[in-house]
Amino acid sequence: MCHTLMGCAGGTFGLKLKSRQPDISSLRRMASETLVEVNDLNFSYGERPLLRGINMTMHRGKVIAIMGGSGSGKTTLLRLIGGAIVPTSGHVKVAGEVVHKLNRDDLFQLRRKMSMLFQFGALFTDLSVFDNVAFQIREHTDLPESMVRDLVLMKLQAVGLRGAHDLMPAQLSGGMARRVALARSIALDPLLIMYDEPFTGLDPISLTVIGNLVRRLTDALGMTSIVVTHDVQESLKIVDYVYFISDGVIAAHGTPDEVRESVAPFVHQFVHGEEDGPVTFHYPAKAYASDLKLETGLA
Amino acid sequence: MPRRVAIGIRGIGHRVIDSTWRLGYASRFFLLILLKSGTSLRRFSLVIRELYFTGVLSLIIISVSGLFVGMVLGLQGYETLQRFGAESAVGTMVALSLVRELGPVVAALLFASRAGSAITAEIGLMKATEQLAAMEMMAVDPIARVVAPRFWAGVISMPFLAAMFSVVGVFGGYLVAVVLIGVDDGSFWSQMQNAVDFRYDIVNGIIKTCVFGVAVTAVAVFEGYDASPTAEGVSGATTRTVVTSSLVILGLDFALTSFMFRGMS
Repeated sequence: MCHTLMGCAGGTFGLKLKSRQPDISSLRRMASETLVEVNDLNFSYGERPLLRGINMTMHRGKVIAIMGGSGSGKTTLLRLIGGAIVPTSGHVKVAGEVVHKLNRDDLFQLRRKMSMLFQFGALFTDLSVFDNVAFQIREHTDLPESMVRDLVLMKLQAVGLRGAHDLMPAQLSGGMARRVALARSIALDPLLIMYDEPFTGLDPISLTVIGNLVRRLTDALGMTSIVVTHDVQESLKIVDYVYFISDGVIAAHGTPDEVRESVAPFVHQFVHGEEDGPVTFHYPAKAYASDLKLETGLA
Repeated sequence: MPRRVAIGIRGIGHRVIDSTWRLGYASRFFLLILLKSGTSLRRFSLVIRELYFTGVLSLIIISVSGLFVGMVLGLQGYETLQRFGAESAVGTMVALSLVRELGPVVAALLFASRAGSAITAEIGLMKATEQLAAMEMMAVDPIARVVAPRFWAGVISMPFLAAMFSVVGVFGGYLVAVVLIGVDDGSFWSQMQNAVDFRYDIVNGIIKTCVFGVAVTAVAVFEGYDASPTAEGVSGATTRTVVTSSLVILGLDFALTSFMFRGMS
């Protein structure tokens, strides 16, 4: 009997890992294999540039965090990696394929190897927990229903919600919905999972649970995880590498230890949540006095 | 003054361009639905599920409305026809009014209000809650998986709902004219049977309902899919579905009637 969440997750994936268990050399090879490559990426909404000259390399088996303030272009970057939008210039390569050059059929083929966890789960509200997790399996495979059932229950066991398979999404708490969405996103054992703010709005227990699940599942399945988040402390515990985006460019990057010790003003402000720093409190505006029509400034 | 005129003309130009663009986008969307209907046809259970929501759940409002419309027709028909001593023709009047016009049109208007608005709201909310985006990321086409089944369910259920409306309406007319007022039972049914022509009345009525079904459901799914992903956007799209569908139904009804019933006795 598994008492802890990790024990349950490990128990479930033990079966899968028997056939997948790589030796040390293949683990090393896997870690050096580049899964996602972002080269000189630029993206603009109309005239407004959102991302400028972004370069990133993400290896297999790693958890990579992308951090930055609201509106800094983190989610846009995920959408570019997933091929939901097309870059203005530059490119994103996933598993060796330039994403924006793929036609729709090839893009859909590539997307079978990737998955995305949306901010609030994006569960299908008209389907039960079981059917949500089974959705992708039923759509993309011809497996018999008995096997679909086994697979779904294994995925739900991994996130600790096997007992909730009959519930509807409306009956789940925020943390449970996020875990079901996580089970759904690993349904077809993807190479890459993108998490869009997975920690938003969660209580501390759920937050730790989701964070640990991200790490464990990445290790167990040998996939790559890209986590877009604001939650510095939680993500630094689980990630291998961090990119900070500010004003559409990569402001800093490094391992969690490098980030913690960084004296770069932006990183320091972000990691310690300081009000003053390179990120200003005020949105750009003309002089306060002139807005209030005071000729001699503030009285 | 010339500057204001220029701004006005520019505004009109923008609206015309936007409307044309939107019309083109809607036409392209409609074509995509047809092209991607293979999934719906191969996995017909998806359509059957939607038939329940759009068709079966609309039965009550359609039946109750049909009953009352038929009863009113019976009352009004009797009131007018008895002035000419032709009260036995009330069955003919009720049946022709329902089969040719009121059945298809009122059923379509009710369908737009109940099922059309529900389809728009559902698809719009799926968009707002990123369910459609999630589906795209799972390499599942939302037009094939979500939109097309709803479209075909609407198209299939509309003729049946209109038929139900007419049948219940005729029964309502019978209740008032025969049971309550006392018009002769035999002449009510026999005159109706003689006057209603299968090809020119019933088939034309069915054609109308099919056209209305396509129009209402196409508007509903398009508005839902095109809705801004906000509460305001979804509510606006739902309103537009009802307004646009109603106007399209009435406009199409005039066009179809003018083609179908030219000088037929």
